[in-house]
Amino acid sequence: MSTSGHGKWRTLAVAAIAVLLLGASDPAPAQAPVPAGPRVEIHGESYDTPDLTVTPGTTVTWVNRDDDTHTVTSTTDVFRSPGLDTDETFSYTFTQPGTYTYFCTLHPTMTGRVVVRSGS
Amino acid sequence: MSDRHGVDRRGFLQCMAWGGTGLLWSVVGGVPSSRGIGATVAEAQTPASAFSFVQISDTHIGFKGEANRDAMATFETAIARIKALTPRPAFLIHTGDISHAQKPGAFDVASEALKAVGVERVFYVPGEHDVFADGGTMFLERFGGGRPGRGWQSFDYGGVHFVGLVNVLSYKSGKIGSLGTEQLEWLERDVSGLTSSTPIVVFAHVPLWAVYPQWGWVTEDGAQALTYLKRFGSVTVLNGHIHQIMQKVEGNVTFHTARSTAFPQPAPGAAPSPGPMKVSPEELPGVLGVRQVTYAPGTERLAVVDSSLA
Repeated sequence: MSTSGHGKWRTLAVAAIAVLLLGASDPAPAQAPVPAGPRVEIHGESYDTPDLTVTPGTTVTWVNRDDDTHTVTSTTDVFRSPGLDTDETFSYTFTQPGTYTYFCTLHPTMTGRVVVRSGS
Repeated sequence: MSDRHGVDRRGFLQCMAWGGTGLLWSVVGGVPSSRGIGATVAEAQTPASAFSFVQISDTHIGFKGEANRDAMATFETAIARIKALTPRPAFLIHTGDISHAQKPGAFDVASEALKAVGVERVFYVPGEHDVFADGGTMFLERFGGGRPGRGWQSFDYGGVHFVGLVNVLSYKSGKIGSLGTEQLEWLERDVSGLTSSTPIVVFAHVPLWAVYPQWGWVTEDGAQALTYLKRFGSVTVLNGHIHQIMQKVEGNVTFHTARSTAFPQPAPGAAPSPGPMKVSPEELPGVLGVRQVTYAPGTERLAVVDSSLA
């Protein structure tokens, strides 16, 4: 049995809407789908990959493995996570080449940077 | 109230009178008889005598980590301990991290619960957890009424000059607690007219001295603030932030950091990093606590007594 291409698209669209609704109704960031891409784990009051180089369009995800709350806050206000409790995540997609330094506003000795450059 | 002193002695007493339920005997200094609230301000301004106040710190309302699954319960225990103090403290000082990461409603929960202590005033200074998300807007709206600058304050009580400093609003990448030029200038002016024999109590969240800079346990311009206080014969500095008792004496200045009511942190350098330290449920009350500070005229140093929640 084969279905028409039109029918497949409709099925996919319904599934996509369901995912969006589920995501929107979930208050816990930890439960939200985590995008593909490099991950930076926060552990022991530090970012485990404090110096990361990616290509434009890459989504980076930070995940907090500490018992304490942390943030991922750009020093130039490009991005600013909320307070991340244990196992909560924050993602940001870097579109423009450049060097992005960030820190934890609760523990400012925690610092890191993401370098975005074309992979030529 | 004058600009220089956020709440002066007269203003404090007036606030208490408006409160309507004050235990006025504690205001006039441990006189073991209560007076009606109708007592006049002039009557209350008898020569200063002994009084005490309580420092509570790092309540972290909203914390639910492994180090303490119920920070509200230990906070309630702390309140019960304060209520049982004899003689009753004249007021409370909260040295910050009232909330854990500005959890919604935490400021209201904390301030409502502290009303049960039965003192007329609670003086708050913020910790970084109280200001990190909005730069202190919510804290100042809730607790900073009428204060100069960005929430720093001073008041006189029982012959002692109290100064509350804010050293968590200038957190920057890689930087540590700081007071900033505007606040330092205010402090210099604030104490300039006082006689050197006036006992001074300074309270702020992050330690004003370098406890352990590697972990950010330092106020970068704290030493500058202390230069304005060097001429005074008795200076008591009360801080929080590090969730453990540490003391240091430097000339006429004594420094004290306080326990948290929520969770302990490791001793400086005793762990790879600071942060909530997990201990057994049996051990937890013994590493949390509150502090009572007593001033008796004629004594050089204030008496600082720490009590655990065990």
